[in-house]
Amino acid sequence: MKNIDSNNHVQGKSIFVDDIPTISGTLFGTIFSSSIAHGKIIKLDISNASELDGVTAILTHIDIPGENQIGAIIQDEVLLAEDEVHFIGQPIALIIAESESISLKARELIEIDFEEYDPIVNVQDAKNNEHFILPPRSFKLGDISKVWEDCAFIFEGIAKSGGQEHLYLETQGSYAIPLENGNIKIFSSTQGPTVVQKIGARVLGISMNQIEVDVKRLGGAFGGKEDQATPWAVLSMLAVYHLQKPVKIILSRHDDIYMTGKRHPYETNYKIGFSEDLKMLAFEAEYLQNAGAAADLSPAITERTLFHSTNSYFIPNVRTTVYSCKTNLTPNTAFRGFGAPQAIFVIESAIKNAATQIGIPARELQEINMIVDNDSFPYGQIAKNVELKKIWKTAQDNFNFYKIEKEVCDFNDSNDNLKKGISFIPVTFGVSFTNTMMNHARALVHIYQDGSIGISTGAVEMGQSVNTKMIQVASHVFSVDSKRVKIESTNTTRVANTSPSAASSTADLNGKAVEKACNALLIRLKEVAGKKLQAEPESIDFKDELVITNQKDTTLTWEEIIWEAFASRVSLSESSHYSTPEINFDKSIEKGHPFAYHVYGLAITTATIDCLRGTHVIDSVRIVHDFGKSINQEIDNGQIEGALVQGVGWMTMEEIVHNNKGVLLSNALSNYKVPDIYSVPELVEIIPLETDGNENAILKSKAVGEPPFNYGIGIYFALQDAIYAFNSNYKYDFDAPMTPEKVLLGLYSK
Amino acid sequence: MIEFILNNEHVVTELPSGSILLNFIRKEKQLTGTKIGCREGDCGACTVLIGSIDQQGKLIYKSVNSCLTPIASAHQRHVVTIEGLNLKDKLTPIQEIFKKNNATQCGFCTPGFIISITGSAFNSDTSISSVMDSIGGNICRCTGYSSIQKSSSEIAQLLVNSGNNGSISKLTSAGILPEYFLNIQNRLLAIPNISSNSNNKYIVGGGTDLYVSQSAEFESKAIDLIESKCGNGITLNNGVCIIEAGASATDIMENNDLISLFTELKSYFKLISSKQIRNTGTLGGNLVNASPIADLAIFFLALNSKISISNNDNLRSIFLKDFFKGYKLIDLNEGEIIQSMAFNIPEENEYFNFEKVSKRTHLDIASVNSAIKISIRNNHISEIHISAGGVAPIPLYLKNTSSFLKGKELTSQNIRKGHCVLKEEISPISDVRGSDVYKKLLLKQLYFAHFIKLFPEKISIADIK
Repeated sequence: MKNIDSNNHVQGKSIFVDDIPTISGTLFGTIFSSSIAHGKIIKLDISNASELDGVTAILTHIDIPGENQIGAIIQDEVLLAEDEVHFIGQPIALIIAESESISLKARELIEIDFEEYDPIVNVQDAKNNEHFILPPRSFKLGDISKVWEDCAFIFEGIAKSGGQEHLYLETQGSYAIPLENGNIKIFSSTQGPTVVQKIGARVLGISMNQIEVDVKRLGGAFGGKEDQATPWAVLSMLAVYHLQKPVKIILSRHDDIYMTGKRHPYETNYKIGFSEDLKMLAFEAEYLQNAGAAADLSPAITERTLFHSTNSYFIPNVRTTVYSCKTNLTPNTAFRGFGAPQAIFVIESAIKNAATQIGIPARELQEINMIVDNDSFPYGQIAKNVELKKIWKTAQDNFNFYKIEKEVCDFNDSNDNLKKGISFIPVTFGVSFTNTMMNHARALVHIYQDGSIGISTGAVEMGQSVNTKMIQVASHVFSVDSKRVKIESTNTTRVANTSPSAASSTADLNGKAVEKACNALLIRLKEVAGKKLQAEPESIDFKDELVITNQKDTTLTWEEIIWEAFASRVSLSESSHYSTPEINFDKSIEKGHPFAYHVYGLAITTATIDCLRGTHVIDSVRIVHDFGKSINQEIDNGQIEGALVQGVGWMTMEEIVHNNKGVLLSNALSNYKVPDIYSVPELVEIIPLETDGNENAILKSKAVGEPPFNYGIGIYFALQDAIYAFNSNYKYDFDAPMTPEKVLLGLYSK
Repeated sequence: MIEFILNNEHVVTELPSGSILLNFIRKEKQLTGTKIGCREGDCGACTVLIGSIDQQGKLIYKSVNSCLTPIASAHQRHVVTIEGLNLKDKLTPIQEIFKKNNATQCGFCTPGFIISITGSAFNSDTSISSVMDSIGGNICRCTGYSSIQKSSSEIAQLLVNSGNNGSISKLTSAGILPEYFLNIQNRLLAIPNISSNSNNKYIVGGGTDLYVSQSAEFESKAIDLIESKCGNGITLNNGVCIIEAGASATDIMENNDLISLFTELKSYFKLISSKQIRNTGTLGGNLVNASPIADLAIFFLALNSKISISNNDNLRSIFLKDFFKGYKLIDLNEGEIIQSMAFNIPEENEYFNFEKVSKRTHLDIASVNSAIKISIRNNHISEIHISAGGVAPIPLYLKNTSSFLKGKELTSQNIRKGHCVLKEEISPISDVRGSDVYKKLLLKQLYFAHFIKLFPEKISIADIK
């Protein structure tokens, strides 16, 4: 089944927030923000700006009726700056005007004076000053302190990975409309409708039921609209609160890049130890995470880094610690992978470093140390149904990777200008929100008396086709044509208290809720059909829009049975709740069973460097991926391809650059480059692993959003090997992204 | 007053001629299929087609970024948004191919892709690479492009199958364009010319850089287009090629005479911005903008080009290398405009090469770019001109290096000596496109790349390792 929005998408008919027809009298908001990274506001003069024709209001923190506080996990972030500013782009005032262009002109007229303080930009300075978002957090397994002396090989090093701009094509936006009795309806481009509702209520000092959040779809999000859609939504509601007029805020691309957080950069010191027979005995890592100026989602991202510190390997002795460093950068936030890719980059760097020094391919260390059933992850969960061995074998059967390795060697022997490299990246990714409390969802299913079906869930459609999957679930349970099923917008009045669409879990959680609701309806319909056909309800089933009894077709159609049920005064609506079974995690001991299941995979990457110019092409990425029993292979393949290329972008060209004053230099699409159609691998081959799937996944179809992002990490190590093939003086260093600059400097390093 | 056809609607607007087409489309006309992605021509979400009648009297369409297009450019033209491509009851075959291949996920970038790729139906060549090139300026953050690449090759096949030669009637009968396109030419001919004696302060030569930084200011300004001041012709006569300042990068890249002179012209130009930008940006605009890494300036500096500058009836001619005076400082007085540029056509023993490296190979600003023209007689360098961008405040003509090499024998040793001269005449700075150390090394590499590519028997990568 195709993405249900395909027709509208290709015809430009899909409606995003900025496309909603505006009500007459709608006002437009622009944010005035800090131009310095750290300081005190000495003077803020909005008088000239206020006098500009067409300016309706300029709101500052004094206009906030409730709490000036938007922090979701830790309450440490104001909506509008009060006395101090802590990052460039921190909102200070909201300008409301009759048009966007007037609001922009007014912004130029606001006068501000600061007393500037020295900003902290890098994590080392933050750590030295003990400037943390939360106390350092550690996971431990075994006893690391005693094991080093047993190690035959010990390697230490530093691995760094950079930030990443989400670059969702649709910028942040919201459109808030006043309703009667002080209520507000808001259309927001958010992954977390309930977050917008909750924080909005807190800031306005009203109750949550006074705010209705409605989300039709997002033009991409990737984590960037999980928490950071909230400020703009709340600001538009703040303006509605005061002005009682509809207010729209759409960030310009420039403001979006300037004001919103990105993937967390990490700097990590690691130490890894091996036995004589190359078994990993010990792994220790200190991750310095650059969280920016406020917590945002950093505590949760910290956690996921710790959960993925050993990637696909069993290591009996582990101690990993994350220092979430508070700096004067825009608060960094969720981005596909959520701290896991940063951790996986570190352990894979450690392995690469070890393999290079031992003089064997990294692949061999990976194979020797792969986690197997009944091994313990460092957080106490016992590995079950591990698919890695099968994946490795499937990769060998399909791709013959010894042959690929040899081809790379042969190529390098016979070419001077061009050199190739190859790398392997296995992935083991835990699925569930690591905060157990968030792993639940609800769905509301209406069957209308004509047999058509309407479904509301807490899932937000952002291109991942979750709505399509919800329709598949309902049409599967009812055995009706998917055309009968409509997905409604995500709306807090229909489905309340939702978790954000995140953590790759949206289809599982909401799909299970839909399945449950549909099954409850099905039981009632079977009773109605049983009465009508004078048969036992247990003998009734539905197949291809018909009622069947004891596997035999009847003439009773779906529409007839629905009418019969309605006429018999049976409820055709159902609201269901699903919460993931089994999972738990005890933070006081940092142990538990946090994940419903793991997703496994392997990517083999080959690349060619032009050694004269330092440019490269990615020849191929060959993937074996554990989809479970995919309910929609085409859509899931699209998730793999998209995540892979985003990962490749993070590893090669996407480079976030700040100067030492905290000024973002890569502040526009002209100097922050994401992959285009020419920068993708020449060959992407995806082999689905044959497996039984997992009961905790929706219809056994495993989560697919984030795990494949990590396949993109492979390009880093493939490029390193290609550099080394040209220049044996090259010192392997682990500092992503591997830009053309780093490649060329590596090719000619002495 | 600007008068044009927007999709199937005749439009007359009194908006200032400098105001932005994208705003008109979305705000005045509520055509929301055209998206705002970046407002700097770097994402393609706002792409529209602009149809105009060319000198042969044929209606042709080109894709442009409507965020960088002054509404003046729409006059007497046909502006096509996604709404103007949609058929009544079904998808166009191009839309169908995108759907079939799952080449849309969130859908925000999709209308721009559909528009750009439909524009490739008007390309002279409809090879897969040409169809791909039409969407080189469109960014998708969801799909990873595999599905879009697959769609591109199927669309290339579709265009071949529909006997495509850019003919409107063939494209409408194939359902690629709606029927109403058949009447557009007549309807355009009925729109009167804009007054030709307009004399506004601002003459926009494409605007693809100007509108990135100053679009808000131009919302209220009246402008003249470069095409009203100088032509876009390309002529080759008596060993001299003259390109008028209004020629777009596409005009240059697709000129058959130039392609026969520079066999790799298309691959060089594919490194320059995107199809949409090349369709809009002009030679005159690129030179006057004087960016230190201006691709066209670097290209033509190495051809030792001269430019003709006019002020009403006065005409003066200077070498391009003398035009750039300092960072964004040029030898152009108030009231003067560049009319055209001329260079000697390379002869048989003359060789040319252009190199560019950027963080992303396509649609990116160069970290360093460089071009060379070299004449060889009796194994000696009889004439040589080398240029380099990104290593000085201006697009740099490497004067000392060129004059050092002139007359020297073409040997690996002399080429290496030339590099010693080169490194003394550049002064790169560290910025977001690379450190000074990198830019120095990169220019060294590109300098040698010229020779390794042109004279592989004289020098190889082993000589510089």
